Amino acid sequence: MTEMSGADMVVQALVDLGVDTVFGYPGGAVLPIYDALYKHPTIKHILVRHEQAATHAAEGYARSTGKPGVVLVTSGPGATNAVTGITDALMDSIPMIVLTGQVPTTLIGTDAFQECDTVGITRHCTKHNYLVMDPDRLGPIMHEAFHIATHGRPGPVVIDIPKNVQVATGTYTVPEIIQHNSYRPQIEPDADAIAAAIDLIAAAERPVFYTGGGVINAGPDASAALRQLVSLTGAPITSTLMGLGAFPADDPKWLGMLGMHGTYESNMAMNRADLIIAVGARFDDRVTGRLDAFAPEAKKIHIDIDRSSINKIVPVDLAIVGDAGRALDALVAGWTDRGLSARDYGEWWRRIDGWRATRCLDFPEKKDAGAEIMPQRAVKALFDATRGRDPIITTEVGQHQMWAAQHFGFAAPNRWLTSGGLGTMGYGFPAAVGAQIAHPNRLVICIAGEASLQMNIQEMGTVSQYRLPVKIFILNNEWMGMVRQWQELTYESRYSNSYSDSLPDFVKLADAYGWTGIRIDNLGQLEDGIKTMIETPGPVIVDCRVAQLANCFPMIPSGAAHTDMILQPNDIVGTMDDEAKALV
Amino acid sequence: MKIKTEAGERHVLAVTVDNEAGILAKITGLFSARGYNIESLTVADISADHALSRITIVTSGPPAVIDQIIAQLDRLVPVHSVTDLTDQGAHVEREIALVKVAGTGDKRIEALRMADVFRAKVVDTTLSSFIFEITGTSDKVDRFIALMRECGLVEVGRTGVVAIGRGSEAL
Repeated sequence: MTEMSGADMVVQALVDLGVDTVFGYPGGAVLPIYDALYKHPTIKHILVRHEQAATHAAEGYARSTGKPGVVLVTSGPGATNAVTGITDALMDSIPMIVLTGQVPTTLIGTDAFQECDTVGITRHCTKHNYLVMDPDRLGPIMHEAFHIATHGRPGPVVIDIPKNVQVATGTYTVPEIIQHNSYRPQIEPDADAIAAAIDLIAAAERPVFYTGGGVINAGPDASAALRQLVSLTGAPITSTLMGLGAFPADDPKWLGMLGMHGTYESNMAMNRADLIIAVGARFDDRVTGRLDAFAPEAKKIHIDIDRSSINKIVPVDLAIVGDAGRALDALVAGWTDRGLSARDYGEWWRRIDGWRATRCLDFPEKKDAGAEIMPQRAVKALFDATRGRDPIITTEVGQHQMWAAQHFGFAAPNRWLTSGGLGTMGYGFPAAVGAQIAHPNRLVICIAGEASLQMNIQEMGTVSQYRLPVKIFILNNEWMGMVRQWQELTYESRYSNSYSDSLPDFVKLADAYGWTGIRIDNLGQLEDGIKTMIETPGPVIVDCRVAQLANCFPMIPSGAAHTDMILQPNDIVGTMDDEAKALV
Repeated sequence: MKIKTEAGERHVLAVTVDNEAGILAKITGLFSARGYNIESLTVADISADHALSRITIVTSGPPAVIDQIIAQLDRLVPVHSVTDLTDQGAHVEREIALVKVAGTGDKRIEALRMADVFRAKVVDTTLSSFIFEITGTSDKVDRFIALMRECGLVEVGRTGVVAIGRGSEAL
């Protein structure tokens, strides 16, 4: 118990909670905290160029380390700029603490300069939020906030701190037991449900594991348990976008990602399965396609830490509420204890191999050195060139994101950072900044589209300031490619505002910020360009010009079933009925 | 294209929450954000130390939606418990209305007579008005108000439903 200013308490709590990095941007209402940080050299503050980037950088930090990301921004526009990243973290279950300055308590509600109702605005895009009116509450709230952000289903927590609460003095206390009086997420799975799940798995003839970001959130041990369980049961496995890396992509049991831009084999396996074991995945609309045609023959087991995810979209036969890692451990232990062995899924695998034979990720391309580069080829070349270097890959949102998910193989968790739920353009580059800060010696590459990148391109300054060796690999097709693809699919190619007009010269831009800029124009330059990017010590931006009109396949059009995949560009019809048009 | 809606059933939920600033906004915001119905909502502090509030929500929706509402409420950090009183079975529901009727002559006499039938209390009177206090189920209150419309009703205030399970068990 020590008497100190509110601002000092904030920083003391950060130190006590083991925080080493804060992403932020100063402003009037957080100056006391910035002054307190000035005196605490153990906490590294990363000055971003826009508050949204601070939140995505914190997400990148969190996703690549498993630790919560911490953000510090001022009141008003500082807080509102952070809202997109806070919502992104909520949708993708990323642990994050956002400290926002607020006008003094005496001015709250008066439309004061840089005042906004931060707790009101963030009430529904946070897991929880606080407005601290008394400095004595700062210690307990800071510790409780970290507990809430990281326990149960992780998520963002906002702590709004009026300026006079930062200046006033009070007593800093650390709660002895960090336990919220009402928030008690169920971590341990129910033993009977685990036993019932083992019965179902043992009896299944056509099972498939469907795993998601919850396995990543449960930590590397959960991924290890997943591998063990898949190996013990011998069942095939697919994963959502958020779950990539939990299971190695080079394993023969891996079917690839499922869903809208998933593989034909994974979607067909889901459709024909007699048992789906969903682990830390939430039956998102990108995954299920048309609901009344989703996995019609399958019993479904759903393991999730959030009870509200269960039966939300797809009714399931067996629900297991708990941490994915604990549940997987319990399944492995139960399976082994009962002396069960893998069933002969020979017929099931033969059918899967039949679907695999469509080679749904193949794409047409010319192979001569002067040929234009297919974007898929660029991703594959990047993957090949970085094998063995254990890179961390971030993406923006759009076609390039899906191509990266399809063609970049991940062998381990926490290497794939992407905005899944909210689909935030502008996520990838600042997320790469956060990941690079957390892993200074790792190869961190942001696979970007030229349109998305421009949404947070100002962060080139941040990278220069901290001498981060971040690599940006732009698949530049001069289009908001996914928008254009949907316009081709749905609106008879009326390209309303989807052309990336007036693009900057990215190489010159690199030069302006003191980066290295590389332009790749044709297939002959691809390998060397990538090699130069990897071998150049500092930050590099690669403007990789790719085939402009390439589209992302396979694809389940909105409102269609898993079995109605578009495999080829010429399967496109060019229009849709209103029911399908109304779906996102 | 027409937007389809699904028929629902009425449920009364009792929710105990931390009595903290913004909790009501959090609950009502959840309902509006996820497109759930609120037919009535009441809230008051119920503990000796003022730490807990009880919110009674009357909502409607198909069974799967009701299940989601309960799960969504339950995962909010300041929520202690959510009980579906309708699902639980026998419970008592009450609502209070204050009903102001203005007029003179026969209608005034008829209003008083019917108030008596409904066991509504007169809580204020002038030569040309009554305020009745009526307690009962929402149905009963509805019926009383409908009759009063014929007898010079000018103003109504209703509390919304509070409810509690029958028997010795407590939440």
